[in-house]
Amino acid sequence: MAASASDMVDRVGRGANSLVRWIDARFPMSKLIREHATEYYASKNFNFWYGFGVLATVVLILQIVTGIALTMNYKPSAAEAFASVEYIMRDVEWGWLIRYLHSTGASAFFIVVYLHIFRGLLYGSYKKPRELVWICGMFIYVCMMAEAFFGYLLPWGNMSYWGAQVIVSLFGALPVVGEALAEWIRGDYYISDITLNRFFAFHVIAVPLMLVFLVVVHIMALHEVGSNNPDGIEIKDHKDESGKPVDGVAFHPYHTSKDLVIITVFLIVFAFVVFFVPDMGGLFLEYANFEPANVLQTPEHIAPVWYFTPFYAILRAVPYKLLGVILMGLAVLLPFFLPWLDRCPVKSIRYRGWIYKVALAGFAISFLVLGYLGLQPVSDTYTLLCRLFAIPYFGFFLLMPLYTSWEKPRPVPERVR
Amino acid sequence: MTDKTDLSRRHFLVAATVTTGGAGMVAAAVPFVASFRPSARAQALGAPVEVDIGKMEPGALVKVEWRGRVIMIVRRTEFMLGKLAELEDQLADPASTASLQPGYAVNDHRSIRPEYLVVEGVCTHLGCAPTPRFDVAPADLGADWAGGFFCACHGSKFDLAGRVYRGVPAPTNLSVPPHRYVAENVLLIGSDTGAS
Repeated sequence: MAASASDMVDRVGRGANSLVRWIDARFPMSKLIREHATEYYASKNFNFWYGFGVLATVVLILQIVTGIALTMNYKPSAAEAFASVEYIMRDVEWGWLIRYLHSTGASAFFIVVYLHIFRGLLYGSYKKPRELVWICGMFIYVCMMAEAFFGYLLPWGNMSYWGAQVIVSLFGALPVVGEALAEWIRGDYYISDITLNRFFAFHVIAVPLMLVFLVVVHIMALHEVGSNNPDGIEIKDHKDESGKPVDGVAFHPYHTSKDLVIITVFLIVFAFVVFFVPDMGGLFLEYANFEPANVLQTPEHIAPVWYFTPFYAILRAVPYKLLGVILMGLAVLLPFFLPWLDRCPVKSIRYRGWIYKVALAGFAISFLVLGYLGLQPVSDTYTLLCRLFAIPYFGFFLLMPLYTSWEKPRPVPERVR
Repeated sequence: MTDKTDLSRRHFLVAATVTTGGAGMVAAAVPFVASFRPSARAQALGAPVEVDIGKMEPGALVKVEWRGRVIMIVRRTEFMLGKLAELEDQLADPASTASLQPGYAVNDHRSIRPEYLVVEGVCTHLGCAPTPRFDVAPADLGADWAGGFFCACHGSKFDLAGRVYRGVPAPTNLSVPPHRYVAENVLLIGSDTGAS
């Protein structure tokens, strides 16, 4: 009996092999697996900062799957949207879980991506030859902002409504074409059923398609140039006779098995939030959004969801509307130019001078403080603080060509330790 | 007949194809871009509305909806109107030169009849709804507050003619919608042309 069982396994194995050969003659399946997994070499010295790219992919998949499930019961019309979300929460089997996964997933996406971007700033992942990886990543971030903004209107709560009102009005600040442009975006003279319907189309079709396309381009560009590492050393500079980087290990199985641990830890924390604090005290789901949109009644205090508040704080701090909009746009646009603003040849913060360390710390602190201030109601003190903390934010980018050329980095080792 | 590629002919054909194709793409984009504009139904729903102001007490406020916007109608008292002139040095645009209003609302009281103010309840900063605060010198707005509108979103302040104070985020005065009196006590909001 034992012999015939192993014989069976053998036969299945041979069958699978011939199937793979059949596919490979028609589609580069094995080639893709080799290039992107089993023979994609990444440095052996990755630390935990290198887990957030994988986590972003996991959250993207989660958002797509839960999003598809939500569209099956959601109704994108002003008359029915709010009630259909309540219906999902109360009557659809496991609907509450699917919605909380999606709403928590949105915040998780931004947390993970902010840390992923910060990793890039720590270890110079935006520098030559990874400029396109960085720029493509920034486009992903802008798409995520659009996706989050469109999605936020869909529950048709009062905060959804007035948040959209504020953001669409930003376009109205542009000279000459502003009002016509805002009207074109809304498709009406105010945020109405028409606007909700088209935001739904953007949220579930247009932006996700772009997002997935950009993620594919991001990963393709990364795998072409190779991953950076905490030492900022190009592992491709030292290869063995077979052409394999000596300081690299294959992405699969070495990095994938480590990533599984990271994903598990992330999912534990994520599940805790979904089950016990899905609204995160009003940060992930704002309380004013538990009442339906009211065209005639603004919530007491309009604040966007936490991930937009650093930019919102900048907008609010400027006493001139158009200048406020321009500065806010600039705050998002400036990071695109990072590969050319940074003049220091050394990538990793481990070997960079004190100037960059101070600048980066100042930038990170200003981002967090602005994020906090953007959540608070307006007061003279807070407005003054916003203006104060906008200085290190913009200074980090605008003064970068200066301070990075004064910087005295330490020598970078030849090989990864 | 020669085997050599005629490069100038090829370049001409490439340019001609790209130009024709490009023009076709632009033409094909027109319906998609235009479909984003307010539809015929949206335009019809944005028609003018009539308001009876005959029953308004002095100092009263009436809110009506026009194109999803709150239109605030205030019947100002003599005291309120008297305050307007005193505030001018604190305002950003006291003469309404940079603000949006029809020509008949460019005056000291920003209205057709001094008594009745008709303004959009939409903050000119980012479209929040300013709260009517007609109380004089309340604790939260300070002893100088002469009554007006306060936008809680970003702290913009307007007086009782909808004129914006200096040093707040809103750039201009509250907009005045097109309107006219169709009878002694009947306002038509959304239109200022046609027989009255």
